[in-house]
Amino acid sequence: MNKYLSFFKIRLTNGLQYRGAAWAGVATQFVWGGMTLLMFRAFYQNGENSLPMTFPELSSYIWLQQGFLALYMAWYFDNDIFNSITSGNIAYELCRPIDLYAMWFVKNMAVRLSRAILRCFPILIVAVFLPKPFNISLPCTPVAGLMFIISLILGFLVLVAFSMLIYISVFYTLSSLGIRILTTSVVEFLGGAIIPLPFFPQKLQTLVMLLPFASMQNTPFQIYNGYIASSEILKSVLFQIIWLGILLKLGKLLMQQALKKVVVQGG
Amino acid sequence: MIELKNINKTFKVAKRNAGLSEAVKALLRKEYSYIQALRDVSFTIKDGEMVGYIGPNGAGKSSTIKIMSGILTPDSGECSINGKTPWQERIAHVREIGVVFGQRSQLWWDVPVADSFELIKDIYKVDDTAFKRNLDELTELLDISEIIRTPARQLSLGQRMRCEIAASLLHSPKILFLDEPTIGLDAVSKIAVRKFIKTLNSERKTTVILTTHDMQDIEALTERILLIGKGKILLDGSLRELKKRNSSHKRLTVDFVGILAEAGKGMSFTENLDGHAEIVLDTEVISVSEAIAQISRQVEINDISVTGATAEEMVVSLYKEFEI
Repeated sequence: MNKYLSFFKIRLTNGLQYRGAAWAGVATQFVWGGMTLLMFRAFYQNGENSLPMTFPELSSYIWLQQGFLALYMAWYFDNDIFNSITSGNIAYELCRPIDLYAMWFVKNMAVRLSRAILRCFPILIVAVFLPKPFNISLPCTPVAGLMFIISLILGFLVLVAFSMLIYISVFYTLSSLGIRILTTSVVEFLGGAIIPLPFFPQKLQTLVMLLPFASMQNTPFQIYNGYIASSEILKSVLFQIIWLGILLKLGKLLMQQALKKVVVQGG
Repeated sequence: MIELKNINKTFKVAKRNAGLSEAVKALLRKEYSYIQALRDVSFTIKDGEMVGYIGPNGAGKSSTIKIMSGILTPDSGECSINGKTPWQERIAHVREIGVVFGQRSQLWWDVPVADSFELIKDIYKVDDTAFKRNLDELTELLDISEIIRTPARQLSLGQRMRCEIAASLLHSPKILFLDEPTIGLDAVSKIAVRKFIKTLNSERKTTVILTTHDMQDIEALTERILLIGKGKILLDGSLRELKKRNSSHKRLTVDFVGILAEAGKGMSFTENLDGHAEIVLDTEVISVSEAIAQISRQVEINDISVTGATAEEMVVSLYKEFEI
């Protein structure tokens, strides 16, 4: 385990170096969050009662989304991994006494985490002090706060486990571009990154909630703002655990298959 | 102990002719061809041996190295390295080997080399005292103590290669695979690398398998050579035997004043410029002294030297002999 930990550390500290990029990111996400809220405000002024989430719930959701963007952005991939497969540099990684799946998983986590650490605090702190109803409220109950943190981590792991499937697919397709564009849009849309899932039509929503994408950012953020009732929290967290288990198992299996057939490119 | 028995490997390669219409056709129906990279490759290498693995580009050298290091699974055949089958017990196997791919890098690009070394230490769980001892020894032998605080991206190729080799040896592997370790290096670095490999083999008794196109590497390092061509092992023997086979050819280098017009029987020019000529002799036809006598009759000799065939020439004649 130690080796994965030190790998995690080297990646994390490496990622924490990029302060300039982080400030630029913070600024962008502020503007983006603000614009999204203003857009929703227009809808809410027309008929608040017919909409599924209250405006304070929505505000919390949007600011959490911006704060933890780096954990849940589906369009971010580690190009090192793609390059190592297509160029054949993976040869060196295969010559090490390590589990490649675990190694890549840890690498992904570290890169996303280092970005999130730099960005989330300024965004969340400022968002607390914004005028009502545009601010982020505190978690509705202490239990919800605690469950939010657990669910935040689980959702993060679900997303990384899912993106592992994309990395593994490159063993078969060699070019990641097509599959990346496709999955990125699907995950962003069905995960609630574009509009929160409660805004989906009822029938579609029932289906979408069963997919792994709903177990990514949707669950923790909706626990935090109280949209998921406290009696339902355990159920949705359990759902996250189940999806995490399935995705991990699937990824490991596919990786094993891929490595059996892998052709290391180049002489 | 490395044992390969009847290893076969075939690659499936997509193929199409050039041009747009062909590209469209390929969308509908792809044509594949099968390339047999290795055919019944078998050999045995004992502990502590140093073996040169040579052959032209595309002969199957790298594929063999990849199979032996557990990266590639062959279609059929057996391979046992210290009692383990590489592709079946990959993780246990790679703990005992070191690999250097001359054309790739294992050092992390933007961190100092020393950080990469630390990470490798953790990956292989090398204990602190062994790591310290290894690091001190390697930095001294490879002369890299000055540069390991520099990020890998700022190193020259020769500096980087020395660091790569050190990185592959930090966990004291019993077997070292070197895939073209001197590719692109200048003369000084090449000599440093060769000297180091030689020391490693004689002092640590590390088994070394070396692929290269540089015949000076082979000449300086290995006693035994394996020649592979078109996926088959064509020759397994010592460099000395090979040399004996080719000893009927000698090379004469002559500097002279005058015009050296014709070569006699058993002599052929490989170069004949104004005042300088290189002549290959077939000693079964003409003796060296007779050849020199013939030349001195035609011109005034300033300087003359006689050498046996170089390893390079031997390999060229071998490639010709086996039609590879």
